[in-house]
Amino acid sequence: MSKKIEIEKKVLSENDRIAAEIRKELKKRRIVSLNLVSSPGSGKTSLLEKTLAALKNEIRMALIAGDVQTENDANRLINAGGEAVRPIVTGGACHLDARMAEKAIASINLEGIELLFIENVGNLVCPSSYDLGEDMKVALISTTEGDDKPLKYPAMFRRASVIVINKIDLLGLSDFDMAKVKKNALQINGGLKIFEISCRTGDGLNEWYNWLRSLTGRQ
Amino acid sequence: MHELRIAESIVQSVLEEMARQNLHSIKTIGLRIGALSGVNIDSLRFGFESIVPETALAHARLQVEEVAVQGECRHCGKNFEVNEFIFVCPHCFSTDMAIKTGQELDLVYIEAE
Repeated sequence: MSKKIEIEKKVLSENDRIAAEIRKELKKRRIVSLNLVSSPGSGKTSLLEKTLAALKNEIRMALIAGDVQTENDANRLINAGGEAVRPIVTGGACHLDARMAEKAIASINLEGIELLFIENVGNLVCPSSYDLGEDMKVALISTTEGDDKPLKYPAMFRRASVIVINKIDLLGLSDFDMAKVKKNALQINGGLKIFEISCRTGDGLNEWYNWLRSLTGRQ
Repeated sequence: MHELRIAESIVQSVLEEMARQNLHSIKTIGLRIGALSGVNIDSLRFGFESIVPETALAHARLQVEEVAVQGECRHCGKNFEVNEFIFVCPHCFSTDMAIKTGQELDLVYIEAE
């Protein structure tokens, strides 16, 4: 005789529980947190390097850099002047989960920190399932990728609040269509805030910096 | 391929429940997976099948209820199904909407032999 037992629980309930704790702690400390996601090579680390260099004397920032292997990204951020940078080497895992984020956050002195960046592993699929307790997900796309990326990864672009389109200095050298990528992104998520930038030339970065200033109560 | 991790979470939850209920063998594991969950069901089955041999779940079958994306328009208040991931209200064309279903990744039930 078979016996059916109702369970009704979220598969990732343990992850969500830890994420809720992180969110509560950051909120209590009035720390704004952004989870950066993208394909490999879109420019997450470059954007953070630029941001650190431009704002480190204005905004107290902490950074967590997730990588499948190596601490190279974290080292780049330390070299860019990051005072509180923590690497997470996932050892093969394709995403950060809340437990990894919790451990990294716990190793940072959060006193006075206003803005926390979590640089996720380069991957637009797996990180979408894992809440890290962040305020917002920021998705990067670059102009060397397909302009249909939002349509290919709807789960991620639906969960993101912001997209940053990087490498606009290369527009025209590929078939990437700026109007099309925006249309595709807004079709998935009409509330997306969009930045167009080039980490290489600095174009558009002032708007990004001003947005970070406003997030942390400036201007 | 985070489905392997997801499969591990499912197996762990089921084994815990089996211990609690003193069950020895499971026939079916009922899941509810939304189209926006970010989980590929075939990959999940593959991940599950690759980790359960030699465990008490070796003969368990995954029964998956797939959930479509349903939205509620914040502008006109109507409910609608989101097709092809076009998140636009078909009634008033607003893009301001709440997701009502489609993000599920739930362990719903287990059936013991």
